[in-house]
Amino acid sequence: MPNAPKIITRKTPSRRRESLADFSFSIDQLPEVKHTALREYHRSAWEAYQSLPFPTLKDEAWRRTDIRGLKTETFSLDSDNQLDSPPERFLNPIVTDEYRMGQIVSGAVKPAQSLDPSLAEQGVIFTDFHTAEMEQPDLLAGILGDIVLPDEDKFSALAAALGTEGVLLYVPKNVIIEQPLHSLYWGGGENMAYINHLVIYVEDGAQVTFVHESASPNEDEGNQIFHDGIVEIYVGRNARLNFVELQSWGKNVWSFTRERARVMGDGTLEWIFGAMGTHLTKNFSDIDLMEPGAMARMSGFYFTSGDQHLDHDTQQNHMAKDTTSDLLYKGALMDESRSVWQGMIYVAPGAIGTDGYQANRNLVLSKGARADSIPGLEILADDVRCTHGATVGKIDEDEMFYLLSRGIPKTDAEELIVSGFFAPIMARIPFEGVQTRFAEAIREKMSER
Amino acid sequence: MPELTIKNLHVSIEDNPILRGLDLKVHQGEVHAIMGPNGTGKSTLANTIMGHPNYEVTEGDILIDGESVLEMAADERSRAGIFLAFQYPVSIPGVTVANFLRTALNSRRRHADPPQEDISVLDFRKLLKSKMDMLEMEYSFGGRYLNEGFSGGEKKRTEVLQLAVLEPAFAILDETDSGLDIDAIRIVSEGVNTLKGPNMGVMVITHYQRILNYIQPDFVHVMYDGRIVESGGHDLALLLENEGYDWVREKYGQPLEA
Repeated sequence: MPNAPKIITRKTPSRRRESLADFSFSIDQLPEVKHTALREYHRSAWEAYQSLPFPTLKDEAWRRTDIRGLKTETFSLDSDNQLDSPPERFLNPIVTDEYRMGQIVSGAVKPAQSLDPSLAEQGVIFTDFHTAEMEQPDLLAGILGDIVLPDEDKFSALAAALGTEGVLLYVPKNVIIEQPLHSLYWGGGENMAYINHLVIYVEDGAQVTFVHESASPNEDEGNQIFHDGIVEIYVGRNARLNFVELQSWGKNVWSFTRERARVMGDGTLEWIFGAMGTHLTKNFSDIDLMEPGAMARMSGFYFTSGDQHLDHDTQQNHMAKDTTSDLLYKGALMDESRSVWQGMIYVAPGAIGTDGYQANRNLVLSKGARADSIPGLEILADDVRCTHGATVGKIDEDEMFYLLSRGIPKTDAEELIVSGFFAPIMARIPFEGVQTRFAEAIREKMSER
Repeated sequence: MPELTIKNLHVSIEDNPILRGLDLKVHQGEVHAIMGPNGTGKSTLANTIMGHPNYEVTEGDILIDGESVLEMAADERSRAGIFLAFQYPVSIPGVTVANFLRTALNSRRRHADPPQEDISVLDFRKLLKSKMDMLEMEYSFGGRYLNEGFSGGEKKRTEVLQLAVLEPAFAILDETDSGLDIDAIRIVSEGVNTLKGPNMGVMVITHYQRILNYIQPDFVHVMYDGRIVESGGHDLALLLENEGYDWVREKYGQPLEA
């Protein structure tokens, strides 16, 4: 496989309109909350949303992702919109013999939530975002907007202003939750907007595994659905969070997400990320390692087909000495689809003893598909170890001939190579059920050819 | 009895002629040794029979039971009964030996006439274990990624394991002995001896005759400059062992410049 990352600048298509029309949302749609600080959070985010321009191809972080096809003025928010229940496989992604300690189902569905009483007794809070605003306003007000600022760009400002759905997971000091928590955000309908806000706060010495999935049925691409989200994560000292995030949106969804995790001294974040869906994704996922001993591992995979465009922007910020980060994103691309990964390891002045790693590997399965892979380092401290690697390659001819020579037909051989390519990442997903479902989804996509 | 026939085969790689009119007939149940100095086209012959796309047949034919395989892709040729144990097996990251072999076996079953059901996981496990016992392989091999980090000997043994599981009508062993110590050659050869029989024809491609002490050939052929120039019995192999290939060069001249 060629080793050099492919950096391509794209000419601006000329016949498209130059800027997006505003969304048709209004200030009346701000959530009604009594708590002053929360009200102020939404209101100031709304102001930021109004004053910020849409990002364009001229903005560095957006230059490979053209969002001018987004039909901004068509989207509507309807919190009472209820569709058919999500399929069972989304509701029970975790193998049956692994007991689940709690579940939240939200979005275009009859909301449901549960939490094991023993956890509630220990002070664990696992509730949908709207309920959290009503019932845990002080706690929420102390967290919101601290990790993801409400004015980072127009989309995050909008999510901060209008986000009423989502999850608050709060794990008090030294509480160790052995079994996973699960949430499903289910969308669908006609030209709907889904705006959500996830807050995960793991106090010192606490441990939890949380699986969150966004999903919707595949609909005609003419029926655009808009998703805008914020994910704020705090991992306290000596705490551990396993966060498995799965993106199974339908192919008519345009998704914009800004996610950031702050990890404190000797805290550990294991962040696993899988993306199969959307027409277009623009995702920012950052980790801030704030104190010595903080460690984060980010493992991502994506598989695109058709005219999907998935853009993942990652940043590993080493803000203190002796911090460790390890990122591996792997993607396979078919048809005319496109992926962008742009990563940065930043080492702050004085963050000596930093150990940072980032790698992005792409397997391009069709002539028309393209992967852009752009690693980056910015190191302002001495005595650090930072390495990166980026590859964009095709299926190796010798590997293919080897499999063919054993009687395996070409399409099956490709499937085998692709599943092998993802195997090291899949092995990091601690749930067999999730592994199986994603393996099936990959097979399904490949059989559509 | 089924036979593999190679008729006046001419093969080029990127317009360089390598094989220049090779004839050979292998019946099931026979063991043919193909010997010859380096660079005479032995591996080209193996890869061409298997259907490697980089090898262009410019003249002649390859037939199984009278039917040409030239228009078949490698996977079809495999299912038609041809097996190649590679000289340099590639690794397939992330794909376990067991998963790979089960996929290969099921591909055959699905394409059988009439199609057969996939082998059950349990039956496959039994089959794999019995073949591994035969080749003195640890069962843990099944869970390792195919050829990844394997030693030379482990790779060759895995090739023979595949041969044992897939039970082809014709097996071509391309320098399977190269890079193996004498113990490994013994184990691999014993495996091949167990497998060969009335239902399998074998072509052993080798530079050295020592593997032929373990796998008794019915026929020995000497390849030189893209052709078979001498054929005989085991004596011919012993002659080559003692005298080397110089007399072949003298008798048939220096290779033509490509």
